[in-house]
Amino acid sequence: MIKKLLKLFFLIFFFNLLFSVYVNAENSKVNEISKNLRCLICQGQSVYDSNSEFALSIKTLISQKLAAGKSEDDIYNFLKSKYGDWIVYEPKINKYTLLLWILPLFLFIFGGLLIVRKVFINTVKK
Amino acid sequence: MKIKISFILIFLTIIFILSIFFKTLFEDKSYIPKKINKIENISIEDFHSGEDLKLKELFGSNKYIIINIWASWCVPCRQEHQYIKNISKIPNLKIIGLNYKDKKYNAEKFLEELGNPYDIILKDINGTKSIFLGAYGVPETFIINRELNILKKYIGPINSENEIEIRKIVR
Repeated sequence: MIKKLLKLFFLIFFFNLLFSVYVNAENSKVNEISKNLRCLICQGQSVYDSNSEFALSIKTLISQKLAAGKSEDDIYNFLKSKYGDWIVYEPKINKYTLLLWILPLFLFIFGGLLIVRKVFINTVKK
Repeated sequence: MKIKISFILIFLTIIFILSIFFKTLFEDKSYIPKKINKIENISIEDFHSGEDLKLKELFGSNKYIIINIWASWCVPCRQEHQYIKNISKIPNLKIIGLNYKDKKYNAEKFLEELGNPYDIILKDINGTKSIFLGAYGVPETFIINRELNILKKYIGPINSENEIEIRKIVR
């Protein structure tokens, strides 16, 4: 009797463990994707961080899409088609975001040149 | 002379700032996105029967439908309800209410209390159907044509000006 109960206990334990590993793996994918998405109605929060109705709906949608076999890129593209590039944290380079990507680089090079020039002139003067 | 110039400059700056403040006082605060989106012919559950209905089936013989996302727990929805009722009187236009993350009992009570302007009511229990419309929350109102293009999207409660605009679009 005790042996049977022990067997049953270990079986339940084993399946529970398997199930929890499966659920965690699925949730971690949802978390991973939702960390890259901006919560559009919150201030400075990602979809992952937020508990707003909007963020909760997006998280549910992500798990539905993953269950339907959609890839991470499919999900980003779908959300971008609905809310624009702003929903993802790293906007792709296109004609609207070109300045956003190039301007910091340009300023960095320009600033660097200014510093080099100033240092060079100072050393020549000395 | 120098003092005079700086005085004039400060004076002009103050006038400039005040004029911007003054202008924004009379600007319409409702947010209307410019981007027009086409939506998929998704199916959404009927509020009463629980049957899945495709978006294209909702049109009947009409050219346009209006989808209004609402919930009984949403305070601005009460504010806009009168305007939704006014719009529902426009002939050849179907008003679809999309009940957002709500309890059936509360939603029915809301309509009992304020009146039911909707031709069809659909339900969005987990908020995922609203994402297909590109919605941010409640209330939101969409004018959609037969090709499932969103012609106009109103974020937040609609007002009398929006009502006039809707009448012009669906005429």
